[in-house]
Amino acid sequence: MSARTPKRLRRGDRERVMVTPEGIALPFTLASRGTRAGALLLDLIFIMLLIVGTTVALIFLAGGTIGALARGDDPSPVGHALQFLFILWVAAMFLFRNAYFLFFELGPRGATPGKRLTGIRIAARDGGRLTAEMVIARNLLRDIELFMPLVFLASAGDGEGGPAGLAATAWFLIFALFPFFNRDRLRAGDVIAGSWVVEAPRRKLEAVMSVGKGAGKVSPETGAAYRFGEAELSIYGEYELQTLERVLRENRPEAIAAVHEAICRKIGWDPGEGDERAFLDAYYAQLRARLEAGMRMGQRKADKFG
Amino acid sequence: MAERDSLAAIEAAALRSDRFRIERETDWKRLEKIVTQMEKGRLRKLSDEDVLALPVLYRTVASSLSIARETSLDAATLAYLEGLVQRAWFIVYGPRSSLGSWFRRFLGGGWSASVRAIWLDLLIALAVMVAGAVVGWLLVAGDPEWYHAVVPGQFADTRVPGASREALEATLFGKPEQAPLAAFSAYLFSNNAQVSILAFALGFAFGIPSLMLLVQNMATLGAMLWLFASRGLLVDFAGWLSVHGTTELFAILLAGGAGLHIGRSMAFPGDRPVLRAAAEAGRRSAQVMAGVVLMLVIAAMLEGYARQLIDDTAGRFAVGGFMLVFWLAYFFAFGSDKSERDAP
Repeated sequence: MSARTPKRLRRGDRERVMVTPEGIALPFTLASRGTRAGALLLDLIFIMLLIVGTTVALIFLAGGTIGALARGDDPSPVGHALQFLFILWVAAMFLFRNAYFLFFELGPRGATPGKRLTGIRIAARDGGRLTAEMVIARNLLRDIELFMPLVFLASAGDGEGGPAGLAATAWFLIFALFPFFNRDRLRAGDVIAGSWVVEAPRRKLEAVMSVGKGAGKVSPETGAAYRFGEAELSIYGEYELQTLERVLRENRPEAIAAVHEAICRKIGWDPGEGDERAFLDAYYAQLRARLEAGMRMGQRKADKFG
Repeated sequence: MAERDSLAAIEAAALRSDRFRIERETDWKRLEKIVTQMEKGRLRKLSDEDVLALPVLYRTVASSLSIARETSLDAATLAYLEGLVQRAWFIVYGPRSSLGSWFRRFLGGGWSASVRAIWLDLLIALAVMVAGAVVGWLLVAGDPEWYHAVVPGQFADTRVPGASREALEATLFGKPEQAPLAAFSAYLFSNNAQVSILAFALGFAFGIPSLMLLVQNMATLGAMLWLFASRGLLVDFAGWLSVHGTTELFAILLAGGAGLHIGRSMAFPGDRPVLRAAAEAGRRSAQVMAGVVLMLVIAAMLEGYARQLIDDTAGRFAVGGFMLVFWLAYFFAFGSDKSERDAP
């Protein structure tokens, strides 16, 4: 971020900037660790459901085959069928464990269902293309990060715990806490693959502000024309403008009233009642016009202290 | 009519930056629609014009964003544009190849090139594997009690020290009438693949655990070699093993080498930053590992089918030897001219 960007608009240490080949600085927000943990949990639940579903379906089929055997049919094709079902099961388990993440992260959204639901995706750390090799590498490591220690823990857990349980716990914790010990919140698989996980926001285009009812400087309700002078507009900066924008877009009466009162007090007007929205619309439009005019001249005012 | 409406809207907007936005938002919304369709994988629903327009629209919206950044203070619009450019960027510069075309490139030279690129690690892993087998042999030769420590229970059925030559021979020959062990080979594949993924992933700890895993697995093999050699069945056992073993051991060698490659580039990154070295090595090794899984599928099929069908040592050596020559030729002769020419 350049020094001109108002400091208070930054969203903390998760911001990263990538420069596209067109020379446009594209800000990315790294996904928070909590979001990623949530996404992983969702994916594990999905995998579990898939495993249970497949197993139940195959057992159901196998039950049918065994029923045929009990009726005294020729046992050899039945055996083959059972064997085939077993192969299907082994293959399905292998794929669920190893290919679930691969399949979804290679898709155009670069995210598993869990990641999609939590609004994050994977991306290449160097700003280049996300390649199949990266996705393979980052998901092969999942095996020692997650599945191995959990299997270990499960097998050590029903015993007396002891050193094996401790070792499994330590192993698990080392990898689970890995994202806490580097700036980019990489897990071991991200290190190997050269990838990272970023937020993938999907925003709607909001309404245009300056066609609002009060923006035309005349209130439609009272007919009052709000015109603010240089002194009244020079109090606030970009930060306050964007806070006001948020209040106007959310359009909650109590917030509007509170902001209306605060601004009136600040600029020394007498806060009337009943026409807050039009007043704020007008103030917003004129403040923005003033600040944007300053911008075009290369003068920016970050906030009321600037 | 619509045009007059939008002209009216532009005139109604009091702010210059809002007029800028109203003039361009049709393009933005069109790009958003295309991107959303592509994210959902509904490429077929898109018209040809839309697909062709995507790169142009992307550049238009990207330039809208850079202008808006300098002229507009509308936070919601800026956030929308940033999100949209980001999404379009992922589509335009996203993985260009589908899984299918990646696989073709992978088989057509990508895989063998990555195998050649980690040759030093493969040599080290090979040395470690040989050493592991020798250690296993020597341990058991010194004291047969070691056999039970080195060989896991599943292999130590009748194949234990003191077993008669006939009992051992029976494990090698004479089951041709048995049905192909399809289920068994599926299980073997899943098991072996998991072990080799582990060998690769453990490379993350600077490669040491990968090597230990190789030693441990090969010590088992060394001990069994000793057992069969002590009854004069070394050649027959080697033949029995070679049918699938040349493929399977090669795959394990590749997995261990790939793990070692990562560990080595993290321990000795040279003049690159560690993270970049790790990422480069990781991508190269990932390609090797995708091939390892493929090789293990083949090995499991050889083990489940071919070994049952061929009941004499010479035939088994022929199959195993052919597979070995095939893999060596594929990795070290196939496509090497091309990749050398491609390299800058």
